[in-house]
Amino acid sequence: MDRMILHCDMNSFYANVECLYHPELHEKPVAVGGDEAQRHGIILAKNQEAKKYGVKTAEAVWQAKQKCPELIVLPARYDLYMQFSQLAHKIYARYTDRIEPFGLDESWLDLTGCVGLTGDGHAMADELREAVKRELGVTVSVGVSWNKVFAKLGSDYKKPDAVTVITRENYREKFWPLPASDLLYVGPATTRKLAAYGIHTIGQLAQAGEPFLSGLLGKWGGYLWAFADGRDISPVLADGSQSPIKSIGNSMTTWRDVDSADEAWLVLLSLAESVARRLRENGFRCRTVELSVRDNRLSWCGCQKKLKTPACTAGELAAAAMALLREKYVFERPLRALGVRACDLVGMENGLQVSFFGDARRQEKRERLENCVDALCGRFGRGAVTRMSLLRADIVQESDPLTHDVHPIGYFGR
Amino acid sequence: MISVRKVYVSVDACFDTEGQVLPRSFVWEDARRYEVDRVLQICRAASLKAGGVGLRYTVRVRGKQTHMWLEDGNRWFMEAK
Repeated sequence: MDRMILHCDMNSFYANVECLYHPELHEKPVAVGGDEAQRHGIILAKNQEAKKYGVKTAEAVWQAKQKCPELIVLPARYDLYMQFSQLAHKIYARYTDRIEPFGLDESWLDLTGCVGLTGDGHAMADELREAVKRELGVTVSVGVSWNKVFAKLGSDYKKPDAVTVITRENYREKFWPLPASDLLYVGPATTRKLAAYGIHTIGQLAQAGEPFLSGLLGKWGGYLWAFADGRDISPVLADGSQSPIKSIGNSMTTWRDVDSADEAWLVLLSLAESVARRLRENGFRCRTVELSVRDNRLSWCGCQKKLKTPACTAGELAAAAMALLREKYVFERPLRALGVRACDLVGMENGLQVSFFGDARRQEKRERLENCVDALCGRFGRGAVTRMSLLRADIVQESDPLTHDVHPIGYFGR
Repeated sequence: MISVRKVYVSVDACFDTEGQVLPRSFVWEDARRYEVDRVLQICRAASLKAGGVGLRYTVRVRGKQTHMWLEDGNRWFMEAK
C-alpha cells in the first residue's frame, strides 16, 4: 500500500500572522521586514496583496516600496511566529505522531495510519486545512502524495488555502511540465548545469535516467532523478525524534561598515560569545567553525575551519573565525555583515577527546570561566560581565539584533 | 469590513476541579459588570475581526450570544462593534 504523506505549508507565514493581529490592514499590501535604520531592511514575508505588486521576499524594503508605495512594512515578532508554529504543530499532532517540521512554517505529516479510518487523502487534508484556518486564523496549503518530495511540490502547486493531491496517475501530467528548479535541492548552480544539457523540466529530469544524472552530478544526480520520478522513500521522522539542532550561528549586519581587521575582531568576538553561550546552553561543543562575510557590494563568501579539539568557548570560536578572515579576506572593500557558525556539533555528555599536543587543562579552565560568566549573566542580567574590549567598541551595539539561526537537521541530515 | 475593536476585559472566572476555566462575569468598557449566564461552547478559534487567537468561549449574556477569548491563557478579550 502507498503511504499517505501530507506537506503543510503556512502561506506567507509572518505576513499572515501580522495581518491577523492587524485587522484594520485587511486587503492592504502588508509585508514584514527588518529595521531599515539598522540596515536590516529586507522583506521577510509579504501578503497576497503585496504579491500582486510584485513585492518579493529578500528584496530591500526601499525596492519594494518603489513597486508599491503604499506598502505597509511591519517589524518582525519572532516569538509570536514561534507560538503560531507550535499551535499548528499541536493541531497536526491530533492526527499523527509522525510530524517532521521543515523550518517554522512547513511540516510533513505521515497519515498512512489514518487511511483505514478516513480513506481519502483529500478529505483529511481539507479537514486539517480548515482546522488551522478556524483555530489560528491563517491559511495553509497542503500537498498530498505518496512521497515527501511530491507532497512538498503539491503544497507549492496551488496557494493559498488549497489542497493538491498527487497520485501515481496524475503526477506526470501535473509535475513533469514544472521547471526543474521547483524540485527540492535543485538550486541555481544545478539548474544551470542541467540547462546546459537541455534539461529544463522535472519531466526531462526524470527521463534523463539515473546513470546519466549520476555521471553529471554525482551522488546527487541519483537523488534528483529519484525525486523527479516519485521514487523518494525517505520516511517522515517521528515527532521529536530528530535532534533539532545541526548547527548554531549568528550573523550581524553592523550599523556602519567594518573597515579594519581590528574592528572585525570585535564583531567576531561578540558573535562568538553569543554562539558559544548557545552551544553551552544546548550542551554542545563544535568541531568546525564557519565564517561568512558580506562586503559593501553585497557579495558573499563563506569558509570553514576544523578545530583541533571540539570547543564551546567564545575565545576559541572567535580566534578560529579571525584566522579564517585573515587567511581569506583582504580589506579591499569594507565589510557590511559578518557571521559565525558552529557546526559539526558533538554532545558534551560524550566527554572530550583531548589533543595530544594541546593543553587540555587550559581549555577546561576557559570553559569553566565562561560557564561562570554565563551563571553571573543569568543571575544579574545580560551584560553583567562583559569583555573590556567590547565595552568601548562602538561598532557592536547592544541594540543590534542578532540573527539567531538554529538550523534543523536537513533532509539527509541523518 | 465593519470595524471591530479588540477590547480586553477584566473577568471573574471559576477554576473547577477538572482544570477547566469558566468565566462568571466580566467588566465591560462602560465599567458595568455583566454576568455570564451560560457557557455554550469552548473551542480554539481565531478572531479575524478583532485580531487574535485563543480559547473561544461562546457565552450567553443577558439573553444574547457572544464570544469571549482567553488569550495566551491569561488575558481575556472580546469583540466590540
